[in-house]
Amino acid sequence: MPVSSNIKRGVVALLLTSLLLLAAACSGNQGGGTAGVVRLQGAGATFPNPLYQKWLSEYGKLNQSVRIDYQSIGSGGGIKQIQEQTVDFGASDAPMKDDDLKKASADILHIPTVLGAVVLTYNLSGVQQPLRFSPETIADIFLGKIKRWDDDKIKADNPGVALPNADVTVVHRSDGSGTSAVFTDYLQKVSPEWKEKVGTGTSPQWPVGIGGKGNEGVTGQIKQTPNTIGYVELAYAVQNKLPVSFIKNSSGSFIEPSLDAVTAAAAESVQTTPEDLRVSITNAAGAQAYPISSYTYILVYKEQRDAAKGKALADFLWWAIHDGEKFARDLQYAPLPAGIVKRAEAKINSITSGGKPLRQ
Amino acid sequence: MATNIEPKRPSPADEYGARARSFNWRRMLSATGSTGDAVFRLILLGSVLLILAIIAMMIYQMAANSALSLKQFGFGFLKGRTWNPIRGEFGALPFIYGTVVSSIIALIIAVPLSLGIAIFLVEQAPRRAARPIAFLVELLAAIPSVVYGLWGIFVLAPFLRVHVEPFLARWLGWLPLFQGTITGIGLFTGGVILAIMITPIISAVVRDVLAAVPVSQREAALALGATKWETTRVVLANAASGIAGAIILGLGRAIGETMAVTMVIGNRPQISASLFEPSYTIASVIANEFTEATEDLYLSALVEIGLILFLVTFIINGIAKLLVWSVTRGTSGTARAT
Amino acid sequence: MSAQVVRRKNSRRFVNTLMTSLAAACAFAVIIVLALILGYIAWQGLSSISLQFLLDTPKPVGEGGGIANAIVGTLFLLCLASLIGLPFGIAAGIYLAEFGDNLSGTIVRFVTDTLTGVPSIVVGVFVYTLIVLPQKHFSALAGGIALALIMIPIVARTTEEMLRLVPTSLREGALALGAPQWRVTMGVVLPAAASGIATGAMLAIARVSGETAPLLFTAFGSRFFNIYLDQPMSSLTVQIYNYAISPYDEWHAQAWAATLVLMALILTINMIVRFFTRKKF
Repeated sequence: MPVSSNIKRGVVALLLTSLLLLAAACSGNQGGGTAGVVRLQGAGATFPNPLYQKWLSEYGKLNQSVRIDYQSIGSGGGIKQIQEQTVDFGASDAPMKDDDLKKASADILHIPTVLGAVVLTYNLSGVQQPLRFSPETIADIFLGKIKRWDDDKIKADNPGVALPNADVTVVHRSDGSGTSAVFTDYLQKVSPEWKEKVGTGTSPQWPVGIGGKGNEGVTGQIKQTPNTIGYVELAYAVQNKLPVSFIKNSSGSFIEPSLDAVTAAAAESVQTTPEDLRVSITNAAGAQAYPISSYTYILVYKEQRDAAKGKALADFLWWAIHDGEKFARDLQYAPLPAGIVKRAEAKINSITSGGKPLRQ
Repeated sequence: MATNIEPKRPSPADEYGARARSFNWRRMLSATGSTGDAVFRLILLGSVLLILAIIAMMIYQMAANSALSLKQFGFGFLKGRTWNPIRGEFGALPFIYGTVVSSIIALIIAVPLSLGIAIFLVEQAPRRAARPIAFLVELLAAIPSVVYGLWGIFVLAPFLRVHVEPFLARWLGWLPLFQGTITGIGLFTGGVILAIMITPIISAVVRDVLAAVPVSQREAALALGATKWETTRVVLANAASGIAGAIILGLGRAIGETMAVTMVIGNRPQISASLFEPSYTIASVIANEFTEATEDLYLSALVEIGLILFLVTFIINGIAKLLVWSVTRGTSGTARAT
Repeated sequence: MSAQVVRRKNSRRFVNTLMTSLAAACAFAVIIVLALILGYIAWQGLSSISLQFLLDTPKPVGEGGGIANAIVGTLFLLCLASLIGLPFGIAAGIYLAEFGDNLSGTIVRFVTDTLTGVPSIVVGVFVYTLIVLPQKHFSALAGGIALALIMIPIVARTTEEMLRLVPTSLREGALALGAPQWRVTMGVVLPAAASGIATGAMLAIARVSGETAPLLFTAFGSRFFNIYLDQPMSSLTVQIYNYAISPYDEWHAQAWAATLVLMALILTINMIVRFFTRKKF
């Protein structure tokens, strides 16, 4: 029966293929050591992703036996996946909240890696010099209380600038975002009304404005739409040559967002940083401090289930906060202040497996 | 093909037949009581049961994971206008509103367009031209959602902002629908991109439905001296319920569409009369926030929204299917098979 | 002929011309939109695609890099999804066509049709809770299953339709020769409908090859080549999405180039389908 034997041959071929696939699947083990290769999976914040990709690439050249992968899925995603233990390390721009830490099955360490800044950018035709904003003005714009560009409060900060007689359109992040968390953390520090009405978090309920997904979405909206204002990360603004605003810090001076101004903000708070390194450095003191700055963190379990993977992870983190920092500036991230590096070292050295420290 | 089958020797089925009688399951599964048939049917039945199991598991998983939110908010969830993850207040109304309105806009644009295409292809175009044109229209359905989203941001939204929305505001601005700040990002743009995405789906089904109307109907109308268009109207009247089904099918697709809408609708949970204002859909909020929800109640509320979406698309697709079947059932089984 | 009748005839003729040209205009308007979309993708994609891009794995910003692992990943995921989805889908389709002319068949058909309408993001969430969470890691397997779940109902219904096109006389002939039902279905009916079923399968593959949402939290993504089922796997759609929301022009250009590759893949499948259907019918 030629027809049915054709079918049979087809079925056999299909079964063989699936068997082969299964065989391939079985030989791929649980991240352990075919040929001694250790696989690590990380996921989380989008903001440090370009730097982390650079680190993984450079570290991979030095250590052929370790394969580390990082996927940028958002800070909230990083926190959630480390809680669910679907990744070996998470990453987040905002430190985990106490509630989130309690929900995890074991102790989670915060290892700061670099610093970043959130900047205000806008789309105003005819305005050449950078705009300046005081904290109250920013809060009022994002609260929807300032509706026009030629509002007296904006004029007061920008004498001599020809502000258009047009509606202000606010653009914010629509997805949960560490950037939103940093920005709202700043706003609630400078505006009691913001604290009461909105609060801080990765997905706040914005009083006004349109949402864009990711930095890309926000910038897209701003670039495409006249008379808009929104917040994006510094690296993003610099790369895309967006106009950035000067912001009045707690010492009363208007500061241009720059890497030095960010490190200055961090340096001010080294002494007051708590033991677990979870700290907000928005609205920092210091004459040269840029007020909307923040650390970004890698999240790891203190007690590692697999000693080989734990050791590889600890070694990578150690490399990152020392040798890795030299790649930061080129990509528009501010390196850690020396005082914080010392304290991060202690955290990395406290990573254990089976109760034994993994680094001597 | 049938000629390839050799004449049967005494069939193995007969051999096993006697034995089969003592086993009930074989007789239950196969009229001939053959083991081969029973096993065969068992395998097929297993695949069918798998489909039912998938649906059942989806419903169970979503119901179980949204229990917390269901308990906390009850039916108030559907009426709640606030979506505030920080305060733990969750209401689905803005998302339901955004989903419904963007889908309605999509239908208003896509339905006449799809009808036109289907009429052109079935009633007017020469067969040689109709096939490639139909293929091109259906290619629109092959473009991935994420690609529509990219194109929407960079091409469609600026075009609507500069050319279409000011025009609408000027001539129809007395309606609250067309008032407010023009940004190019909002309900209107979301509706337009949905319209492009569902047009191939609606037109394909309408095409099938029109083709199912017997030729005798057309001949009768033409014989009475009707023009081509008047004949088409007769055909349309005959296919009405099937066309309604096609439209509802398109609606179901529009409601569930995720990536493309997310990228152009503005993602803001608000209820505003203006179509130029940003809005939010059910599918978009899941895509944007499912990955980020670290609190249990937040996650539960998102899953509940997903459950609503699931049930609504389920019901809408069901209605659509019944309507389409009512027109095509008689023909698809018999007429097409010969 | 009175003037009134002539006027009426003229106006009928006018309406006829107007409506028929409107219908034609609809078809051409949609084709123009298609041309605009594909043209933009080609323009943006071609200006940043290169051989290196197709052969390299992703690299940090400023160092180029490519999407070879994403291409391999997408093909792998499609194979995996087909391996899982096609047998189940075709089997369910056979059941519906050969044994489905009763109440239970109608119910299954109805449920299958509505399953095709389930938004793909819901499928992604479902597979995440079903497979990723218990296994504690993202995997190609989870991605393949998610895509397979989307394929199964499509394949089942097209298979059923194609089998129903096979004349009943063919079945009756084979049965009359004494062949058991399974032999008739597998040996006679299925081969007769084979090219139609293959077409349906290809369409289902084309459909899932553009899916992003169900992969985000199942197959995840990876910088590396991967051929293991239990490891995360890169795909074109997720890579496009990640690059699109990144802050770098270089990655945006790569997103468009990857879109071009994805569209080429999808269009190729569609062309093959068209070639087959033209030969068959």
